[in-house]
Amino acid sequence: MEIFDILLTASFWAAAVRIASPLIFATLGELICERAGVLNLGIEGIMVIGAFSGWMAVYLGAPLWAGVGVAMLAGMLFGLLHATLTVPFGLSQHVVGLGVTLLASAVAYFAYRLSLPEVTSPPKIVPFQPVEIPGLSQIPLIGPAFFNQTPLTYLAFVLIAVVSIVLYRTPLGLALRAAGENPASVEAQGLSVTAIRMGAVIVGSGLMAVGGAFLTMSAFSSFFFEMVNGRGWICIALVVFGAWRPGKAALGALLFAAFDALQVRLQQTPLGALVPYQVFLMVPYILSILALVLMSRRAEVPAALMVPFNKGER
Amino acid sequence: MTARYTPAGISRRHLMATGAGLAATGIIGLPQQALAADPIKVAGIYTVPVEQQWVSRIHKAAVAAVEAGAADYVYTENTANTDYPRVMREYAEQGYKLIIGEIFGVEQEAREVVDEYPETAFLLGSSFLQDEAHPNLSVFDNYIQDASYLSGIIAGAMTQSGNIGVVGGFPIPEVNRLINAFMAGVRETRPDATFQVSFIGSWFDPPKAKETAFAMIDNGADLMYAERFGVSDAAQERGVLAIGNVIDTQADYPETVVASALWHFEPTLNAALAKVADGSFTADNYGTYSFLKEGGCSLAPLGTFDGKVPGEALALVAEREAAIRDGSFTVEINDEEPKSS
Repeated sequence: MEIFDILLTASFWAAAVRIASPLIFATLGELICERAGVLNLGIEGIMVIGAFSGWMAVYLGAPLWAGVGVAMLAGMLFGLLHATLTVPFGLSQHVVGLGVTLLASAVAYFAYRLSLPEVTSPPKIVPFQPVEIPGLSQIPLIGPAFFNQTPLTYLAFVLIAVVSIVLYRTPLGLALRAAGENPASVEAQGLSVTAIRMGAVIVGSGLMAVGGAFLTMSAFSSFFFEMVNGRGWICIALVVFGAWRPGKAALGALLFAAFDALQVRLQQTPLGALVPYQVFLMVPYILSILALVLMSRRAEVPAALMVPFNKGER
Repeated sequence: MTARYTPAGISRRHLMATGAGLAATGIIGLPQQALAADPIKVAGIYTVPVEQQWVSRIHKAAVAAVEAGAADYVYTENTANTDYPRVMREYAEQGYKLIIGEIFGVEQEAREVVDEYPETAFLLGSSFLQDEAHPNLSVFDNYIQDASYLSGIIAGAMTQSGNIGVVGGFPIPEVNRLINAFMAGVRETRPDATFQVSFIGSWFDPPKAKETAFAMIDNGADLMYAERFGVSDAAQERGVLAIGNVIDTQADYPETVVASALWHFEPTLNAALAKVADGSFTADNYGTYSFLKEGGCSLAPLGTFDGKVPGEALALVAEREAAIRDGSFTVEINDEEPKSS
């Protein structure tokens, strides 16, 4: 079977890890928002603004890591907008989220056109290059797949652990999760639900923007208006798939990416000559929906997700 | 976003709203009147930014027409298909004589708008042919199969393994036609070549195109046909070769892009401008203006690969180019979806 041959190649797993990296950033960002009780549908637009601003900063001469910082700040700015409208004002999270997506995408494009009015093809930057981790990269199969990636990919995997530890092992994480489960209990502890939720949305949006920046600064080297191409929406599903747990959600991202890397390779097998290419392109999405159906049966949805909190209200 | 192109550079404006752009037209357009023949008012409506390969060629030709004093040009880019008829109406109402653009996603609605403005000439990229029922609508597309075929001849001579990767956006006629012509060219110099063909289901996802190209290179491809942005990047990173399409990207990938099939929209636009000027614009298919013998396409200069392409291949390219020009050889127009082999 060709499929097993493909699964046993390091280049396949390396591709899966590359494809998963932006999804991991954005999924963790969305997860933080939702764990605090706010659904952030601004994710798609925030990824666009991250992809644009990080790349633009580097194009204008900033070092790569500073570009990542710029992307994060730009994402946090839109997170602040989202948080202000949804948390203290308690507006519909669906409407605000979609509005933020439309606004952020349009702002990115507008800024792009103002700064580069006349170019024939989008300018390129020198993106992050793969860095081999000595020793670990020598492990067969796993080495070249996981330990010969760009620094941003390593950061994505480190963040999985960081987010897990903060959520489950710190008072801050406890307060954040409580804000999404039972905000009144947080208030009873003398903490501000508004501050926690706003902070979560702002930080989460920053991570989403870094996910977008991965596309222009690591996966590719220039900015295209529609290049985020629905990845944000996939991350919303991945959070549900992961049952609002960072590790599981990241695993879901890796699984989705593996399906994507697999379908590209399956297209070149004898099977590819028989089946229309559209079917292959659908595979990751169909399998993700199936997995979602199975996984979400046992998922524990944050009880106060999408429920605005008004202090003192019963 | 709407923008106005004027040659002087002083009055170049980039305005948010179409209405605002049009309001500015009257003022900025004045210096043009001094020219001998009145420039024709041309409006471009594009569904993508003008950086996009295909649209960039139309934009470039329009800018050249402005610089030659033949046209007065405004454009609106990144227009959603759902918004396209509205923008068409706005320009038609403003008295633009020639409206250029692409209606691959709004064929039916665009034709309804065309019928409402019989005094305006429309030259639009379309998957369908001209129709006498819409006498003021002419269609075009980038029929550059001649140049694609010639680039294939070079590709066949440059591949070592004979395994060639092709990454496309969607298998629509325009894309299929060029890939098929390219493959036919490859078989001239490399009859035993095999092809890996994939479509990524998107026009703008360079990271995805790049991943698809990586998969093909892992699978033995040593030359990539770069229909989309992202493919040449994968080829460059892995040290294999690439063939460009529509635009010349060799400057960005000097060690990677061997040759490119270029599209020149100038003959198409100039023919339309001439017909609008003498009032003879009717329903027609301008696709033929993209043929090699019309100057609508060409093979990009070899540039950094000068001297690296085998002489026999270049001799065959020259021979076939001459034969295409004198009509003794025709590159087949095949719009069927190309398959891996």
